[in-house]
Amino acid sequence: MSEKKTKRRDFLFTATTAVGAVGAAAVVWPMIDQMNPDASVKALASTEVDVSALTPGNTLTVLWRGKPVFIRRRTQEEIDEARKVKMEDLIHPEKDEDRAKNPEWLVMLGVCTHLGCVPLNDKGDYNGWFCPCHGSHYDTSGRIRKGPAPLNMEVPKYEFVNANTIKIG
Amino acid sequence: MKKLLKIFSLLLLICSSNTFSFAAEKVDYLKTDWSFKGLFGKFDRASLQRGYQVYTEVCASCHSMKYLSYRNLSEKGGPEFPEDQAKAIAASFEVMDGPNADGEMFARPGKLSDKFVMPYDNVKAAQAANGGAYPPDMSVLVKARGGGVDYIYSLLQGYEEAPSGMTLDDGVHYNKYMYGNKIRMAAPLSDGLVEYGDGTTASVEQMSKDVTTFLMWAAEPHLEARHQMGFKAIIYLIILTILVYFSMKKIWSRVESEV
Amino acid sequence: MSNHDYRPKSKVGQWFNDRLPLLTLANHLTDYPTPKNLNYWWTFGGILTFCLITQIITGLTLAMHYIAHADMAFESVEHIMRDVNYGWLIRYIHANGASMFFLAVYIHIFRSLFYGSYKAPREIIWIIGIIIYLLMMAAAFMGYVLPWGQMSFWGATVITNLFSAIPLVGEGIVTWLWGGYSVDNPTLTRFFTLHYLIPFLILGLVVLHIWALHVPGNNNPVGIDIKKPSKDTVPFHPYIVIKDGFALLMFMIVFAFFVFYSPNILGHADNYIEANPMVTPAHIVPEWYLLPFYAILRSVPDKLLGVVAMLSAILILAVLPWLDTSKIRSAVFRPLYKQFYWILVADVLILGYVGAMPAEGLYLLIARVATAYYFLHFLVILPVLGFKEKTLPVPLSITEPVLGGSPNLATARKKESKIE
Repeated sequence: MSEKKTKRRDFLFTATTAVGAVGAAAVVWPMIDQMNPDASVKALASTEVDVSALTPGNTLTVLWRGKPVFIRRRTQEEIDEARKVKMEDLIHPEKDEDRAKNPEWLVMLGVCTHLGCVPLNDKGDYNGWFCPCHGSHYDTSGRIRKGPAPLNMEVPKYEFVNANTIKIG
Repeated sequence: MKKLLKIFSLLLLICSSNTFSFAAEKVDYLKTDWSFKGLFGKFDRASLQRGYQVYTEVCASCHSMKYLSYRNLSEKGGPEFPEDQAKAIAASFEVMDGPNADGEMFARPGKLSDKFVMPYDNVKAAQAANGGAYPPDMSVLVKARGGGVDYIYSLLQGYEEAPSGMTLDDGVHYNKYMYGNKIRMAAPLSDGLVEYGDGTTASVEQMSKDVTTFLMWAAEPHLEARHQMGFKAIIYLIILTILVYFSMKKIWSRVESEV
Repeated sequence: MSNHDYRPKSKVGQWFNDRLPLLTLANHLTDYPTPKNLNYWWTFGGILTFCLITQIITGLTLAMHYIAHADMAFESVEHIMRDVNYGWLIRYIHANGASMFFLAVYIHIFRSLFYGSYKAPREIIWIIGIIIYLLMMAAAFMGYVLPWGQMSFWGATVITNLFSAIPLVGEGIVTWLWGGYSVDNPTLTRFFTLHYLIPFLILGLVVLHIWALHVPGNNNPVGIDIKKPSKDTVPFHPYIVIKDGFALLMFMIVFAFFVFYSPNILGHADNYIEANPMVTPAHIVPEWYLLPFYAILRSVPDKLLGVVAMLSAILILAVLPWLDTSKIRSAVFRPLYKQFYWILVADVLILGYVGAMPAEGLYLLIARVATAYYFLHFLVILPVLGFKEKTLPVPLSITEPVLGGSPNLATARKKESKIE
């Protein structure tokens, strides 16, 4: 009899504690989620860029989601250089064809994948970009070739709305 | 337990009684059944969409709604226009953007992320165009008036001939629900003023109800989420309270004392 | 249960505890002997702790999105309400939390008044409590300014102008408070800073409040000193923890009703109109919890004396332990005091009511009478009562009345249950 009673009491306490813990966890979530991007930030996810004035061999830098995006109109030499690299020479193997669907245009986040600095144009050992913070060298496809960065510069989602306009995001 | 119930009922009394009304005088507003009142209150989607139509076609020529964005029109809990339609609505407005590469401002079609375009550039311009009276921004108007939705609903229908003996200046109108009964805004609604797409008859009463519903949503866009979460939260609290009550009884049964 | 004897079981615990006796503290808190006859009016201390923590957490999260600038404050609040994930929830909890905080603190204060918890040896607890209460009012007032609505702006204008009543330096002080020639952006940013600071001051004072409480131990409904630990006490955990928890949950249900179903009922519609220095709202009223003091302020026709009266109404509480000359703590055994106690409760409620009404005609008259009575209660009735009142016999231990006790005690208990 008394054992039964103890069991019931144990169950009651366990149930109370469990229900209480669930509630506490549910209250914590809004306090965490409020730090995530809010609705107005999410709504600004895409931006349209007019690239009609960009000549081959030049880079346009635009701001998207608070980060620089490099839009490079590549020369034929740059394209050739990027395409002839062997996959086994790459730290992060990616084909240039996959990175630049339209070979003339390279669109990527201008953020070094090491610790987030902005690499410099037309610099470095591979004629592409060079990050001054910790010495990462990127090639004409924005791929990491030398230095501490682990990955190639990220290609965001983008599309040509028309011949002169790129929509990023 | 008895004491406890007394405390509790006292608290509930304070919370439920509307004796906290600070209005200097009570006016009997016109009543209608609002779908968004009550524990499970939700907005009437069709009414919100019609209300938006009344707002754009009638109110928006003078009243801004600067805290709303076009994206809100397709968000959950609101008028819930399909996203394409919301995009089309946004694109039908001209938004000033810039500066562009040449340092100049330029006009472009609106996007979902844009705020509602304002009828006047600033308050002064609005006053200048309206005989010195500023048509208030409507984003939180319902919450900014003591009578809330009932007040707005009544005001829209409260235009009457001024009683004899009352003189009205030029550009001032009589409204029996307005504080002081004098209002700058001319009666904005008349029967058939807008043509509803869903075939609803656009009577003044109907339009008042629709646009007021829309304004309620504009002021409180998360009302539905709030009601839903509130119900769950209170059910949860009641369950936990019962569990804790029995746990307490158990624990205190060890002491020869009443709880 | 003497804390000095406490020794953690594990070697690591002992090592740590010898260097920083946190475990001794935890042991003290869980074992803390509490009178077992505490009724539910005693649960508001725990509820208030919950309120403070809730306000601090929601306040911190709101501060991550709020912009303390006259041009952007109102807009940033709307941004929180519309765009920030759960922003509406957090803000409504914070705004209504202030009201719930004051509701709880008033119950807490009036419980203390009824059971004489402010009397020796608990004067320091009481005075710290009054300081906390003053800081709460300051925090609430400045917090109400932050949304930069019409009531924010004009409330700030009116309250800061109170300081101009000070002779000679008044005007200078007001300008200094404003950082300009009117309430404006500098005022807003400094109010934000202080609003952020004060809760942490309160938190520190709450620690002192509890520390000071744990020296003599809790008062109790019978109001007599008890031996601790003894058969009159129970350890804080689990007995008081679960009881406080139960009361807290009931409190939270009421709180939730406000947040989810009437989030704006305790606020003023005017505060959803952006601040406009050119137009004063027709009827300026402070938040409900400040209304009694507002009524006292307005009941005095002289500017300086009005401010003095309002401040005295609060500060008089600090000397209450010496104004009340009765040796008996609990009103249960003070038949006359009990009646005056309820008159005071009614008096304060009346002051709150007339504080919300226009200061004219009958309302003003009532406010004056009620103000006069408020001071009469503390300055005349209480001191005299201590000498004149014929008190009921007080039991020797709280176990006696609980077990039935003498006929005298039985009547005392009957009366007690009537009030509670």
